[in-house]
Amino acid sequence: METKIRVVHYLNQFFGQIGGEDKAGIEPLGKVGAIGPGLLFQQILGREIEIVGTVICGDNYFSEHLEQATDTVLSLIRGYEPQLVLAGPAFNAGRYGVACGAVCEAVSSHLNILAVTGMFAENPAVELYKKSVYIIETQATTLGMKDAAETMAQLAVKLTRGESLGSPAEEGYLARGIRKNYFAAHTGATRAVEMLLRKLKGEPYITEYPMPVFDRVEPLPPLERLSEATIALITSGGIVPKGNPDHIESSSASRYGKYDISGTMALSAQSYETAHGGYDPTYANADPHRVLPLDVVRDLEREGVIGRLYPLYYATVGNGTAVASALEFAREIAKDLVRDGVQAVIISST
Amino acid sequence: MVLDLGHIPVEDVEWGPKTLLDGSILQLNREDLVASAWGNDPRIASIETEIAKPGESVRIIPIKDVIEPRVKVEGKGGMFPGLISSVETVGEGRTHALSGCSVMTVGQIVGFQEGMIDMSGPGAPYSSFSKLLNIALVIKVKERISRHEHEVALRMAGLRAAVFLGETGRHAQPVEIQRFEMYPTTQVSRADRHLPRVAYLYMLLSQGLLHDTYLYGRDLKNLLPTLIMPTEVMDGAIVSGNCVSACDKNTTYHHQNNPIINELFKRDRQDLHFVGTVVTNANVTLMDKERSSNYAVKLIEMLGVDGVILSKEGFGNPDADTMMLCAKLEEKGIATTVITDEFAGVDGRSQSLADTTPRANALVSVGNANERIALPSMAKVIGDETIIDKMAGGQPGSLSEQGITAELQVIVGATNELGFELLSSRET
Repeated sequence: METKIRVVHYLNQFFGQIGGEDKAGIEPLGKVGAIGPGLLFQQILGREIEIVGTVICGDNYFSEHLEQATDTVLSLIRGYEPQLVLAGPAFNAGRYGVACGAVCEAVSSHLNILAVTGMFAENPAVELYKKSVYIIETQATTLGMKDAAETMAQLAVKLTRGESLGSPAEEGYLARGIRKNYFAAHTGATRAVEMLLRKLKGEPYITEYPMPVFDRVEPLPPLERLSEATIALITSGGIVPKGNPDHIESSSASRYGKYDISGTMALSAQSYETAHGGYDPTYANADPHRVLPLDVVRDLEREGVIGRLYPLYYATVGNGTAVASALEFAREIAKDLVRDGVQAVIISST
Repeated sequence: MVLDLGHIPVEDVEWGPKTLLDGSILQLNREDLVASAWGNDPRIASIETEIAKPGESVRIIPIKDVIEPRVKVEGKGGMFPGLISSVETVGEGRTHALSGCSVMTVGQIVGFQEGMIDMSGPGAPYSSFSKLLNIALVIKVKERISRHEHEVALRMAGLRAAVFLGETGRHAQPVEIQRFEMYPTTQVSRADRHLPRVAYLYMLLSQGLLHDTYLYGRDLKNLLPTLIMPTEVMDGAIVSGNCVSACDKNTTYHHQNNPIINELFKRDRQDLHFVGTVVTNANVTLMDKERSSNYAVKLIEMLGVDGVILSKEGFGNPDADTMMLCAKLEEKGIATTVITDEFAGVDGRSQSLADTTPRANALVSVGNANERIALPSMAKVIGDETIIDKMAGGQPGSLSEQGITAELQVIVGATNELGFELLSSRET
């Protein structure tokens, strides 16, 4: 017989049978074996799993000492050397939900151990943690304990065995917003014609990619005194010093570069090139100003049209780069620019 | 208007004294194949030939185009009109296809671009080309040939070789003949009038070197959207000049075997009327995007259709063309389904498209091209795998002793937006 999966269960003071609201301030502690709902998990999956330890923390203590509590809970969990962590289910309890979410998130990101919890869909912790944690959808109250435990247990075992999962609805967890590839039963072309026929007949169909809500930024009012402003150059067209010193990827960039142009009046084909893999590089390589207009901006600076050019420019590759990565780059770059008093930016794309 | 497409299955390819089709065995004379591919192109410096079979421990990299050998047996014109044969209108009569094999042009052109396939292992399920008998032409051009000329030389060499091999099937007996019948859009029998009228809007990339497509030899950058008989593509009316981020670029093989056209024909007069196909482009400027989308939507409207399948090519910039077309069609009350791939980031957590419209409410996803894949080393490499670091989807360090770790982007056709493959993506 295979060895059983080692599991640690996280509970609050109430389900951990320490006490009610009066005990909500207790610090994290560990107990060997299963307690409370853990006994139910053990009963459902006794052949597959063994709850080797239970870690308990008071809801108030956790919410008031989020970081410290997470650290302590993590080290207690690590002590049991588990392969899997179950938390809750927390149903509609807000503080308990946050604790379960935080513990699962920390366990998977810091300890690289699989974790599953369960909550009512409207538990405020769902919004906080659904992107990073498998959260089984439960009823609002403990009446749903048995169903929740069964669904959590099934998903947890599948995850531990590395089995492929069905859709969130099939597996009973709340969609995390993470896109994952799979092989469908029919080709994209067959699915498209089928979907169109359903749409034409007014029959129900499910779009395979619901439109995201686009993040639109309101433009700021125009600069009042351009001749006194510091202007910076940013490009997503991949213009980098020759040799691409930061190894910015030709597609799906994971990084950006910042390069000193304080003494540079113009870009030459000998010293700059594009790292971008999404357009014909011939013309950008022959004259990098076609993508990063340093020559013209220097003219404007000399003529006094703009105050001064910021001594660094920033470059990345927009080709297939995730919006989330671009946002991250922008946050970091904006921090530099705001700190150094830059008032306007020219972003050249391709 | 009828095209009979005869499929002649090729079950093995081997080198031999002559080039001929012996039953289902394609025998190749190496010198003749090289000579046919070379033509009299003075730009070419060398051509090496290799055969790669499904299941072998073989990697082919970098691949520029994939072409199915075909021959025009009856009817006007010949293969690849405007490039190899005259500009006679094709798409009628009879065509023979050597099914199960391909000509693959291999060789680095631009540096960041082109794609790869593995003939076995975890990468093989992602590309239909891993299941073909591939006749690879590894082509080098002379020094000081510009990249644009380099692209032309490889494109033409591949087409010439495919035509040369297609000839072997001229007198062969097809195992299966598919009949594609078209009729003027106004001619609908009374009994079929209740069926929805459906058109196919075929958007093709036209953005410059290795982002180009040719229609009857004409560069699509200068196209105003136009009507085409869907059978014309089966005779090579549309040719790929295109291979950037190879996962979602249509090779010539994809055009010859367009799965949307096949599917619409299959259901024609059963579940729908397949009333027409409109070709449009995806240029880089906003003005071009607006002009082409307006014109394409007008043509679709003139066909009097209820619904449209819109296929896409590429990602990022073409997201704008796609959304523009979809929004304008839906505004006209024409139900639209779009096939697209996703760039949702390596972890799948990012927004998948660079442009969106709330009107795009029926999308088919053919997969997240950013998802990473580990491809163990193969016993043999046709081409040069060290360029993976610079390939779109690769990164420095992609190649190690264990093999290649890269994004799905690098695999030719993995997220083809004609819906050629089974891959999809869903929220988890």
